[in-house]
Amino acid sequence: MSISEDTIRQVETIGSKYSAGFVTDIESDKAPKGLNEDIIRFISAKKSEPEWLLEWRLKAFSHWLDMPEPDWAKLDFPPLDYQDYYYYAAPKTQDRPKSLDEVDPKLLETYEKLGIPLREQEILAGVAVDAVFDSVSVATTFRKTLEESGVIFCPISEAVQKHPDLIRKYMGSVVPFHDNKHACLNSAVFTDGSFVYVPEGVRCPMELSTYFRINELNTGQFERTLIVADKGAYVSYLEGCTAPMRDENQLHAAVVELIALDDAEIKYSTVQNWYPGDENGKGGIYNFVTKRGICAGRRSKISWTQVETGSAITWKYPSCILKGDESIGEFYSVAITNNYQQADTGTKMTHIGRNTKSRIISKGIAAGHSDSTYRGQVKIMPKAEGARNFTQCDSLLIGDLCGAHTVPYIESRNPKAQLEHEATTSKIAEDQLFYCRQRGLSQEEAVALIVNGFCREVLQKLPMEFAVEAQKLVGISLEGSVG
Amino acid sequence: MIRIENLHVEIDGKEILKGLDLTLEPGKVHAIMGPNGSGKSTLSYVLAGHESYTVTAGSVSYEGKNLLDMEPEERAALGVFLAFQYPVEIPGVQMSNFLRTAVNAVRRLRDEQELDALAFLKLAREKMKALGVQEDMLKRPVNVGASGGEKKRNEVLQMAMLEPRFAVLDETDSGLDIDALKIVAEGVNQLRNPERTFLVITHYQRLLDYIRPDIVHVLAQGRIVKTGGPELAQQLEAEGYAAFTGEQAA
Ligand SMILES: Nc1ncnc2c1ncn2[C@@H]1O[C@H](COP(=O)(O)OP(=O)(O)OP(=O)(O)O)[C@@H](O)[C@H]1O
Ligand SMILES: [Mg+2]
Repeated sequence: MSISEDTIRQVETIGSKYSAGFVTDIESDKAPKGLNEDIIRFISAKKSEPEWLLEWRLKAFSHWLDMPEPDWAKLDFPPLDYQDYYYYAAPKTQDRPKSLDEVDPKLLETYEKLGIPLREQEILAGVAVDAVFDSVSVATTFRKTLEESGVIFCPISEAVQKHPDLIRKYMGSVVPFHDNKHACLNSAVFTDGSFVYVPEGVRCPMELSTYFRINELNTGQFERTLIVADKGAYVSYLEGCTAPMRDENQLHAAVVELIALDDAEIKYSTVQNWYPGDENGKGGIYNFVTKRGICAGRRSKISWTQVETGSAITWKYPSCILKGDESIGEFYSVAITNNYQQADTGTKMTHIGRNTKSRIISKGIAAGHSDSTYRGQVKIMPKAEGARNFTQCDSLLIGDLCGAHTVPYIESRNPKAQLEHEATTSKIAEDQLFYCRQRGLSQEEAVALIVNGFCREVLQKLPMEFAVEAQKLVGISLEGSVG
Repeated sequence: MIRIENLHVEIDGKEILKGLDLTLEPGKVHAIMGPNGSGKSTLSYVLAGHESYTVTAGSVSYEGKNLLDMEPEERAALGVFLAFQYPVEIPGVQMSNFLRTAVNAVRRLRDEQELDALAFLKLAREKMKALGVQEDMLKRPVNVGASGGEKKRNEVLQMAMLEPRFAVLDETDSGLDIDALKIVAEGVNQLRNPERTFLVITHYQRLLDYIRPDIVHVLAQGRIVKTGGPELAQQLEAEGYAAFTGEQAA
């Protein structure tokens, strides 16, 4: 059954609806354009970094120069001109603000427009936020409350100064700097991001969240996030991302590393709404992200939940290394592409310990001329007795011009491992739309409702505070102008 | 008042309705009976605005407006409701969410105030109780895993919530056990009023024992071939459609 022309037209015009597409007029402090050792020294000096970190960056850079681009993803874009970007941009304020009162009002306003009023979040929502604007963290809320429980939540640049032992121990331990070209670039030029440490036996008293915003023109954002949950600790963390509408493609190459020790649990959620480009595929963010967690301890658990609606191109595979016996890895994903967006996303579950379990639920929705690929790998090592994986990949197509692909790789070196894989591809049925419209829903409302239903299993995994927002976003990203 | 004149409808190049004339009076219950495949559901879909059906000739005026010019949701806003012969499943969408979205969409289109979660729940509970619909139905995904009878009751619940001016019930009685049939009929009877028009499509006299129709029509081979009082239904039950299909055979 084919969907009506009307719906196709409607969902194709979403580009104009991107509500986070404004620019903040703020003076910024930038490094010269381009990339070389001097730029890296500049960034390192800006952050007053210790020598070892500069050396690490330079090592990554020299490695990066010779590294080939990953070419196995089903993505099509012209080669990047790395010399055409700025690698450091910071709003021009004096020093790092000590409290929200010292934060430039223009920045507070920006976050408010984006629906993240930092002040209110601080007072009402009980969610601690680290706001990263271009290359620097501009505000972190709730620090006192967190400190009282022993939780460290601060910009990674600050952690380098204040908690060098933890940083040296864990940074690069899950995603080595030479992991892939994008991660390597990040290791050389990363500017800010969040650091979280939850001490032994502590259940983090509130949701933590980082909000990333790219503002400057031609600026890449290269943030690094490092989360360590010590024995028996629990933390739930959410990141959100937006950028202005611009005709140029902007680069975002982030690295996220998670470490869960014995009995620890990390829940990492992403609502990615970078600017997707316009309805003709002009502009938009190139989102090249390396996210990986290690369940280092016994009975530890890492759960990735992502709602990917933005970016011109998404290259992203949040993964779990299940090293500890009885550890659990989960990946819940919704990826929506529209117009000319391309997404190649999935996960990699590496079972090393005994009785390790992983669960993968992926929902891909493609509309317009977009292309959506699920790429997942489940790898069972010989010693992983009793390992189990369940994978389910569902794709929903809206219109006839988009594509959805499922590419599962399974590598089992333990014959007793139990692996289950299910995959479906469907189209929004004309009958479902008609049923909804007969009840008074507009075409757009009907599409949003049906797609939300399709993604329900994943959206339910988001922290309550964000689930409603994500549901709206699902609707908006498939919305068009009502004719 | 709904006036259907010389309606010709095609699907996939095949003509199903072949010059159908029918006038429906406000406040009346019209029943349509007819053999399988004669075009009863086709008529109900065309009235509701299904895009797969092409109207090649004829007109439908609804309270003086050209119904065929309107989008399905516009018709719904004006009070057209179709209880589907085969209600559609929408996986992952909770009935409560669906129903509230629908009620508020229609209220918005009618310039009425939207219901908040609490007011909606109160209203829904009331109607569900009256129709003997299990409360957990609200939490279940729309029509998924529901039995045939549950789906039909669900349709009547939606009708009660949306308070239409013109309700088409397409074989709402099939699949219902005798108790459910009485409850559903009672639900319809409660909604009867001088402004509301019902078009009840059925194969069985049984339903019409509970919902007394004012007028009965026979639809055969794409046309209304006979119109009469309630006694016509009894005659059909006794004699079948042979007389009509024989007369009209191409
Ligand atoms: N999508 C379709 N494609 C082709 N033919 C169709 C389609 N839908 C309906 N028809 C045909 O149209 C004719 C009328 O169908 P319709 O469903 O209106 O009959 P009905 O009177 O409601 O029958 P029943 O009593 O069995 O419900 C049938 O011959 C049917 O096969
Ligand atoms: Mg029928």
